Amino acid sequence: MKRAIVTAFFIFICFLMQCTVFRALAFGGIVPNLLIVLTASFGFMRGEKNGLLIGFFSGLLVDIFFGSVIGFYALVYMYIGYANGKFSIIFYPEDIKLPITLILCSDFFYGIICYVILFLLRGKFDFSYYLIHIILPEMVYTVVVTLFLYPVILRVNRSLEQQEKRGEKKFV
Amino acid sequence: MSPIIKRKGEKFVLPGKYLLFILTILCTGMVLLTFNTTIFSGPLGSVAGYIIVPFQEGVSAAGSFLRSRSEELGQIRDLIAENEMLKAKIDDLTIENTRLQQDRYELTSLRELYELDSQYDEYEKIGARIIARDSGNWFYSFVINKGSDDGLAIDMNVIAGSGLVGRIVDTGPNWSKVKAIIADDSNVSAMVLSSSDNMIVNGDLRLYASGIISFEQLKDSDNVVVEGDKVVTSNISDKYLPGILIGYINTINTDSNNLTKSGYITPAVDFEHLEEVLVILELKQTIEE
Repeated sequence: MKRAIVTAFFIFICFLMQCTVFRALAFGGIVPNLLIVLTASFGFMRGEKNGLLIGFFSGLLVDIFFGSVIGFYALVYMYIGYANGKFSIIFYPEDIKLPITLILCSDFFYGIICYVILFLLRGKFDFSYYLIHIILPEMVYTVVVTLFLYPVILRVNRSLEQQEKRGEKKFV
Repeated sequence: MSPIIKRKGEKFVLPGKYLLFILTILCTGMVLLTFNTTIFSGPLGSVAGYIIVPFQEGVSAAGSFLRSRSEELGQIRDLIAENEMLKAKIDDLTIENTRLQQDRYELTSLRELYELDSQYDEYEKIGARIIARDSGNWFYSFVINKGSDDGLAIDMNVIAGSGLVGRIVDTGPNWSKVKAIIADDSNVSAMVLSSSDNMIVNGDLRLYASGIISFEQLKDSDNVVVEGDKVVTSNISDKYLPGILIGYINTINTDSNNLTKSGYITPAVDFEHLEEVLVILELKQTIEE
């Protein structure tokens, strides 16, 4: 229960930051994708099911406020969370390389999907422009923010896990 | 043994892949349903509106405070150089000012001709503040702090100062989503004020950085449209009220078919520093189907 509340709070804060504060501090009009960081990190820390649920709700929030249809971003974020969950078996909290790589790949994948479905299908073929001016800057900015956000997520998750363990011991 | 068969005394846990499958179907269903209708935007919009919007208002006030501070620091250096330049410019402007005063008489008479001024005043407007911008980098839309409780509805036109900003595409009880005319997926039917030639103005992601928007399909057989001409919303648009200023023609090129022209427009609104907008509480009259 406590985990659900904390996670909902995380999604809420990240969404708020992404469309208000980071919008005001955007470099060249590009904002980092905090929700991808959140979805991916809970995916590889907690497994597939957690990842896909967090992805689903993050995406749904984006859909309600900024999507032209409801369900598109929810679907994209959900699959990203699920795919990251597959890596939970080789995840160790001490290692920073895997999380960074996974988040980078997730954001790249998100950018490609957005381009193909929302732009390519409308006849915008200038892929190199979108890659250089939108997808790559977003990846770089996201990774920079990850360096600050990821330790926070990791620490909160660890303390939650410890509390859950203590709770189990009490029952036995 | 199948993972969904329940054994005695074992707590039932739905495996991840089944949950993924169920939610995928749910999402696909919602996409198909909301592609043409607005079934979910009502209830979902209300819930999200009451939880998120109050925080967006607060945080975005903090955000704009931070931005103005960071801009101030960067500006000091520029200001010194700019000061020198401006002093030289004053001389130029004094000369130009006399010339412009002559033009003003002409402008007044033209205004009377088109009655643009009075047209804007006739519409009932309501002010609103921008509280959040698009969370992604692909489109340009934003959320304002007024909604259906304040009498706003989908397709109402949004202006800032004297220029067109966009139209409302979604409303909740206390928030509305505005799609700007510079967004990549938006098209506006427009006309050149001087010659009443129609054209289509469309936003383009590739032009965001340079602050211009493109137009196409301008039929100007008499070659009267020149750079600097005013572009307003056309009479035949079914979403936008007629005669709202969009911007000024920046570049104009003849298309390869030699019949139509295309080019770029400098918008009348500064989309980079938009904070408050006006919503026109009147919908374009359409023929009932």
